[in-house]
Amino acid sequence: MKRIALFWIAVCILFSMPLPSVSAEDAVRIRMASTTSTQNSGLLDVLFPAFEKATGGRIKVDLIAVGTGQALEIAERGDADLVFVHAPELEEEFVKNGFGVNRHPVMHNDFVVLGPASDPAGVKDAHTAIDAFQAIAKQKALFISRGDRSGTHLKELAVWDKAGVNPKGEAWYIEAGSGMAAALRVAEEKRAYTLSDRGTYLNYRTRISLGILFQGDPALYNPYGIMAVNPKRFPHVHYKEAMRFIEWILSPEAQSLIASYQINGEQLFYPDARGN
Amino acid sequence: MNLLCHGVQDAVRLILSLDRSLLDILLLSLRVSCTSVLFGALIGISLGSLVGLRHFPGRDVIITLLNTFMGLPPVAVGLMVYLLLSRSGPFGVLGLLYTPAAMIIAQTLLVTPIIAALTHAAVTGVDPLIGDAAKSLGADSLYQGFAVLRESRYAILAGVIAGFGRAIGEVGAVMIVGGNITGSTRTMTTAMVLETGMGNFELALALGILLLMLAFLVNMGLHLLQGRGY
Amino acid sequence: MMTHALQIQDLRKCYGGLEVLSGCSLEFEAGKVHVLLGPNGVGKTTLLRILNLLEEPTEGVIQFNGFKEDGQDGSLIRREITMVFQRPALFKTTVYRNVAYGLKLRKVSREKIRERVGEVLDLVGMSGCAGREARTLSAGEAQRVALARALAVRPRILFLDEPTANLDPYNARKVEEIILEIKSRDQTTILLATHNLFQAQRISDRVVFLYAGRVVETADTRTFFEHPKEELSRQFIRGEWI
Repeated sequence: MKRIALFWIAVCILFSMPLPSVSAEDAVRIRMASTTSTQNSGLLDVLFPAFEKATGGRIKVDLIAVGTGQALEIAERGDADLVFVHAPELEEEFVKNGFGVNRHPVMHNDFVVLGPASDPAGVKDAHTAIDAFQAIAKQKALFISRGDRSGTHLKELAVWDKAGVNPKGEAWYIEAGSGMAAALRVAEEKRAYTLSDRGTYLNYRTRISLGILFQGDPALYNPYGIMAVNPKRFPHVHYKEAMRFIEWILSPEAQSLIASYQINGEQLFYPDARGN
Repeated sequence: MNLLCHGVQDAVRLILSLDRSLLDILLLSLRVSCTSVLFGALIGISLGSLVGLRHFPGRDVIITLLNTFMGLPPVAVGLMVYLLLSRSGPFGVLGLLYTPAAMIIAQTLLVTPIIAALTHAAVTGVDPLIGDAAKSLGADSLYQGFAVLRESRYAILAGVIAGFGRAIGEVGAVMIVGGNITGSTRTMTTAMVLETGMGNFELALALGILLLMLAFLVNMGLHLLQGRGY
Repeated sequence: MMTHALQIQDLRKCYGGLEVLSGCSLEFEAGKVHVLLGPNGVGKTTLLRILNLLEEPTEGVIQFNGFKEDGQDGSLIRREITMVFQRPALFKTTVYRNVAYGLKLRKVSREKIRERVGEVLDLVGMSGCAGREARTLSAGEAQRVALARALAVRPRILFLDEPTANLDPYNARKVEEIILEIKSRDQTTILLATHNLFQAQRISDRVVFLYAGRVVETADTRTFFEHPKEELSRQFIRGEWI
């Protein structure tokens, strides 16, 4: 008995030993707080290696992908070095309150209104996003909302607000309380309308029968901004390295990488920093 | 159904191809869970036997607390540990946030009450005559405690197994304090969440199957050990 | 000159408001078999547990060989006395480890332990069973191993609490024989609680008859059974309570 116990303790200790690290540890690791949808788009898997190559492997970016609100909260507590999110109003407030500095627009993608091919509310014929949403409300057609206070959800609420509709509590308005992928699944099952970011939709296009019924209104643009965490407020942050990343992502090299990033043959992001 | 089949196929393919990054994720999962269970067992068994063997004021409160904490939501524990380890928190200077160490701390907190509560139940289930017999044969109260513990070792082991099950399958806490960083704090469960979010349901399922197999192996080892008793 | 292995004075024990022992005063002569006789529930077990230092008396004095039982001497005395219970209470391990337990606590060397375990297993007729798991033993075998476990540490006083109550007549007889054997071989002082008149007659030198937490009568076994002084004793011996 004693011998077996000792054996297991040995096994546990073995596993608790730090693993030999494979990467060169003289690299500075900077921590970027971003959103799950950014991570899920796959763009960062292209950008990070390119950046690390550009710095000769001296800077490595660790991505913390969470909800928009959580990403900003993490940065406000000094637990990240830079923030890359898509919530302009919250970003402005973040900078105004002295948590962030050097905010720059990086790129945008857009949201699309998805629905069943039969299009019971006639969203196809709408001229603006507001028209489209009003048509859905008028028909009392089923609509799936993320309902999770994510960037997408906030955007959807903003459009409802402008359309003068308060859908909360309506029988046709379903709050899924989940991520985009799950919300798409629900919309597909219920043959309902929903608002999705284009990237997730493109990833899913082959697996669902829902199609894009409305797109292109600038009100549905989804601008991404980047900013460094204020080193005056949090002296421990890697400000210099964070600025290095910001400068790089605004550079023509990175901007053209963003423009050429495609999912299923379609462009996903439109660079916004060309003028800089 | 189709998705399940694909999941199983993908799992087999993953195991056959077992690449470096998957191996890292797998080992990190094991390392974090095993270490947490080790610490949880050290603290939990001591605490559980203390409240099981000794009578002192406040003991009932501790037992009730332990039983309640068995149901602690991982997200709540994760959040608490996050706030403690955050740069703005009391232990921020240690810089432990978003490291495996932070994940181990969170999981230890999750696992300890389970092991402690089940140890307490195991110890109180032992025939009181066993302790008397040990004392009659010359054991002091420490050795008397050991005798009772040894008597309930298989039930205690069941508690450790339950603790391991909770640790290895848990995602809420490690996600918050680990951050699911590629190549440093990604575990099997957080990888599953990531793949699910990206719509790669088959891959997520495959990871789940792999995790299940891993847990099966560890549990089989523990069960063999337990099996010697009966 | 009689030597007393153990003396008690005015021993009282209460559980809550319930008095289980009320003012027992007794002397137990060294090297003899003393039987605590009485029906179930008169305080025999409680008395033995107190004498074996498993429980504290509410009041009263216990003297071992003239030592006063206090915190310091307690641990020394602890090593010289031991007890066998109504149930074997064996540890979930092998017979060998069960019997060796008390010796290991006393830091006896490995060879000495092996030797002693062999001796006592032989004494209780269980030699050859050292490697068996305790849980595979029959009730009679288990109780004999429990006896061996107690004897292994060479106690000067051995307490036995209804050791044969759960055994068949064959095993009960075996246990009695072992008790008589160790009495003559090691001059061990033995206190045995029983409700069994015949057992008391077979093995004891002295009888302490207890009733309702009180000592009714103390006498040599022969005297007690042939000329009981008290009316209660007479009734019990005539089997009127059964």
